[in-house]
Amino acid sequence: MAHFHVTSRAGEAQTLEGVDGWRLMELLRDHKMGIEGICGGQADCASCHIHVDPAWAGRLPEPREEEEDKLDELPSVTETSRLSCQIIWGEELDGLTLTVAPD
Amino acid sequence: MSPAEFVSPLATQETDVLIIGAGPVGLFAVFELGLLGLKARLIDTLDRPGGQCAELYPEKPIYDIPGLPSVSGQELTDRLMQQAAPFEPDFRFSQRVEHLSKRPDGRFQIVTDAGEVHVAPVVFIAAGAGSFTPRKPKIDGLAPYEGKSLFYAVRSRADFEGRDLVITGGGDSALDWTLDLLPDVNSLTLVHRRDKFRAAPHSVAAMEQVVADGRMNFVLGELDSLTGENGELTAVTIRNKDETTAIPADRLLTFFGLNIELGPIAEWSLDLEDGKQIRVDTEKFQTSTPGIFAIGDINWYPGKLKLILSGFHEGALAAQEAFRIARPDEKLRFQYTTSSSELQKRLKVA
Ligand SMILES: Cc1cc2nc3c(=O)[nH]c(=O)nc-3n(C[C@H](O)[C@H](O)[C@H](O)COP(=O)(O)OP(=O)(O)OC[C@H]3O[C@@H](n4cnc5c(N)ncnc54)[C@H](O)[C@@H]3O)c2cc1C
Ligand code: FES
Repeated sequence: MAHFHVTSRAGEAQTLEGVDGWRLMELLRDHKMGIEGICGGQADCASCHIHVDPAWAGRLPEPREEEEDKLDELPSVTETSRLSCQIIWGEELDGLTLTVAPD
Repeated sequence: MSPAEFVSPLATQETDVLIIGAGPVGLFAVFELGLLGLKARLIDTLDRPGGQCAELYPEKPIYDIPGLPSVSGQELTDRLMQQAAPFEPDFRFSQRVEHLSKRPDGRFQIVTDAGEVHVAPVVFIAAGAGSFTPRKPKIDGLAPYEGKSLFYAVRSRADFEGRDLVITGGGDSALDWTLDLLPDVNSLTLVHRRDKFRAAPHSVAAMEQVVADGRMNFVLGELDSLTGENGELTAVTIRNKDETTAIPADRLLTFFGLNIELGPIAEWSLDLEDGKQIRVDTEKFQTSTPGIFAIGDINWYPGKLKLILSGFHEGALAAQEAFRIARPDEKLRFQYTTSSSELQKRLKVA
C-alpha cells in the first residue's frame, strides 16, 4: 500500500493512504485536510494549493500551463507550490511529503 | 447599538423574499417565487449574476443540466436571467450581507456592508460556497494598512495620484491597472513570481515596453513584508529565493484573484454541518430558523449533492413555503405553466 505524509495548516503531521487514479486533492478532501476542491479538480478555483517537500518537487510531473496560470493568482506561492488536483495518485508517489498551503 | 440590532425606522426597502446570492440557484429561485406571485431582491458580493458559473468557469461547458445537453457557465447564467426577467427581480450587486436578524414584527432584516437595510418576511440563503472576496497576501500585520495604503482593488484613482506604487500579480487586473495608473503615479513597480504573465498578450507587450523605456520597474519575487507606521506604508520588501529587496513605496495594490469564504453566515445562529453548510429539512429546505431557507451549495441534508440541478429543485420547494409565510391569507394552488392562464400572465406570455 502506498502512503503519503501531510502536514496540516495547524502543523499536525499525518500519514494517509493513496488510492490509485484519485487526485491528490480528492484524497486530501476526503480526509478533511481543509482542502475544498470547489471546481472538482479542473485547475479553476485554486482551492487545493499545497507545498510539496523540496525533495519531492522534482519527482512529480511538471505542472501544465493551466496550473501555472492558476498558481499566479495565489499568495504564498513557493518554488514547490502545486495544485493538488493536478497530481494523480499512483504507487510511484509512495512516501510523498507535503504541507497544506495557508488558505 | 450594533448594526444587527438596528431596526430601520423607514424600512422602505421591502420585498417578499430576500435572496442572498445571485448564483444559478438564487436566479432560478426568482423564477419559482415569481410564478407564485412573490417578488424577490438579490444581493451579491460580485458585480454581476451567475455565482461560480460566471466567476470560475464562464467558458466551460456543463453537461448535466436537464434539457440542455451542453451549456457554458455564462450561457446558463444568461438564460436564467432571461427566464427570471418577467418577474423583474431587483439586484443589489457589489455588496456583502453582513447581518441577518429577526425584527420584533416577525420579519427579517439584513444589513449589507454598503449600509443598506432590507426587510422581508422570508429570506433565502443561496450563498453557494460563500462570498467571493479578494485573496490577501499571506503576511502578518496587514490590517492597519488596509484601505489606507494597501488596496485589493481600485475604488478611486485619486488614492494613487503622485504616489510610489507597487502592484503585485500576473493576471489581467494587475497588468491593466499597471498600464492605467502609470501616468498618474510618481513611480511604479510591478512584482510577480515569474517572468511569464497570463494576461492578454498585448498588455504584456505594452508593459514590457514601458519597462524597457525606463518608465516603470519589474521585479521578480514575492511580497515578504511591509514597513510603515500607523497604516502609512513606507516600503515593501520583496523576496526572490533567498534575496530580499526593499522598495520604497507608499501604496500597494495586490491582485491575487478571488477566494471563496463562508464569511458572516457562520454568525447568523443557524445550525451548521461541519461549520460550513447550513442544515435544512428536505421538505421545505428551511433552516433551524423558520422563515429562513437555504438552497444550493450552501445547504446540507443527508444525501446532499452540490449540483446545480439539485439547487433548482430545492428552490422550487422552498418557494411553496415562502408563499405560505408571505401570503398567510391566500391559498396556494398547484398549477402548470403550460395550462394556467394566471401563470402565463405572470410570465407575460399571455
Ligand atoms: C469549475 C466548476 C465546474 C462545475 N461543474 C458543474 C457541473 O458540471 N454540473 C453541476 O451541476 N455543477 C457544477 N459545478 C458546481 C456548480 O457551479 C455549483 O453547484 C453552483 O454554482 C451552486 O450554485 P449556488 O447558486 O448555490 O452558489 P454559487 O454559484 O456559489 O453562488 C453563490 C453566490 O452567493 C454570493 N454570496 C455568498 N455569501 C454572500 C453574502 N454574505 N452576501 C452577498 N453575497 C453572497 C457569492 O458571491 C456567489 O455569487 C461546478 C463548479 C465549478 C467551480
Ligand atoms: S480543485 Fe479547483 S484548482 Fe484544484
